Amino acid sequence: MDFTFATEQKFLVLIADIAFVGFIVATLFGGIVAVGARQLIHAVLGLIMSLMGVAGLYVYLGNHFIAAMQILIYVGAVSISMVFAVMLARPPEDAKAKPLMFATKIGSGAVIALFAAFVVGRAVIAHPWVKAATVVKEGTIRQIGENLLTTNVFVFELISLVLLVAITGSVIIAKRGRDNTDQQGGGV
Amino acid sequence: MSDALIQLIIILALALVVVAYAFGNSAILVWVERKLCGHIQRRPGPCEVGPFGLFQTAIDGIKLMGKQIIIPRNADKRLFMVAPVLSFVPPIIALMVIPFSKHVQVRDLDIGLLFVLSLAAMNVLAILIAGWSSANKYSLFGAVRAVAQNVAYEIPLLICLITAVMWTGSLSLGDIVNAQGGTWFIFYPWGFVAFLVYFITGMAETNRAPFDMPEAESELTAGFHTEYAGMGFGLFFLGEYTNMLLMASLATALFLGGYNLPFIELTGDGVMTELLRVFIFLAKAYGMIIVMIWIRWTFPRVRFDQLMNFCWKILIPVSMANLAITALVMKLGEL
Repeated sequence: MDFTFATEQKFLVLIADIAFVGFIVATLFGGIVAVGARQLIHAVLGLIMSLMGVAGLYVYLGNHFIAAMQILIYVGAVSISMVFAVMLARPPEDAKAKPLMFATKIGSGAVIALFAAFVVGRAVIAHPWVKAATVVKEGTIRQIGENLLTTNVFVFELISLVLLVAITGSVIIAKRGRDNTDQQGGGV
Repeated sequence: MSDALIQLIIILALALVVVAYAFGNSAILVWVERKLCGHIQRRPGPCEVGPFGLFQTAIDGIKLMGKQIIIPRNADKRLFMVAPVLSFVPPIIALMVIPFSKHVQVRDLDIGLLFVLSLAAMNVLAILIAGWSSANKYSLFGAVRAVAQNVAYEIPLLICLITAVMWTGSLSLGDIVNAQGGTWFIFYPWGFVAFLVYFITGMAETNRAPFDMPEAESELTAGFHTEYAGMGFGLFFLGEYTNMLLMASLATALFLGGYNLPFIELTGDGVMTELLRVFIFLAKAYGMIIVMIWIRWTFPRVRFDQLMNFCWKILIPVSMANLAITALVMKLGEL
């Protein structure tokens, strides 16, 4: 690929590159924290950091809508409920399982990473890259809305069905829990 | 190079202006709040430092900065330090997309509203981290309450905003204000209902009394910021007042016609017109903030189950019905 910039824009491109590297570092570092942290809550916060790094990459790709939705849904809702669940649970006293040997950790990590690199790398090399279409400033939201209600209406309806099942299930579980507390005389 | 440099300097200068505005806003609002609270409780409020006690906040700020920042022994030190920063940076960034007038707006993003909302989601995260890392049961209880409350109240809030977005047909705050013109969204019955629900949920989202469960001082000492001393506490305060401004500004832009006068179209782009627009916008926003302060010092705190029932059983059904009615009206208007 060849990107050419006017000389006066090189400076701004440099700043954008620095931001890009920052997002990559946040994504990777957050991921490592999420996997390796001893405290469960640190792991969730690492996940949040990683998700925000990914949101930054979306901004870099020019899709602000997806980036905002990523933060709003994954950070604002999903991760918050995860942290909430972690806080309500009792903190683990000590890890019961024996930790893995250091060499085992490194070895298994390397094998998995190599495998992933192989698969992704093959796909990247095999894919005929064309220059990305220039982003149309207006209409991303409109396009998404139109696509959701025409081309992808089946998926859209399927998702709403899944959500309906989830809501019904949680209502049933909540109702049963309420009855139990009432029997113990501790209902709200 | 020089062009890019100038652009960069402009961006930095604008950022500086926004930060300065956020700080100044908090300083003034703290004074206004204490003064109003004083008069509501039949006492003068701050009156010693400067005329009408105007410099009280400045003195308090210096006092806070001079205090030692104490980190409890069992606290999670890094998270403990990160939480206050996380609570006051996002609302200040979100101020960048608020259209104070046609041209007084740092950036008119085409997803401006979503940008504000995604940054507002960080507020809960900050409270959670603060409450958890303090290693104090009162803090933890405050954080747990904050999450339950904010997650619940976010639903009617978003539905009300969707109603306004549907009516005006854009997510860009500038476009939303322009689409309303002289006929504000609040003038329609469905717009009024949406505004009312938004106002209530907005107060709950900013953790203001009567919804200040996360920091209820009579039950939880100070809730999630019990362990914070000095400027750590000061930053939470800054965050809260900036959030209030943000919430009032969003309401102004979405429901109260932003910088437009009722029924009169302001035309022209002169400096004086722009100043008038900024004045109109700020008058509406600060009017709402004063109402919020008034409510805080008038009503007692609600109980937690009342809070939840009110949200799930009243606000959410009302806002959903309102959304459906708005959609129906728009469809009928099209026919």
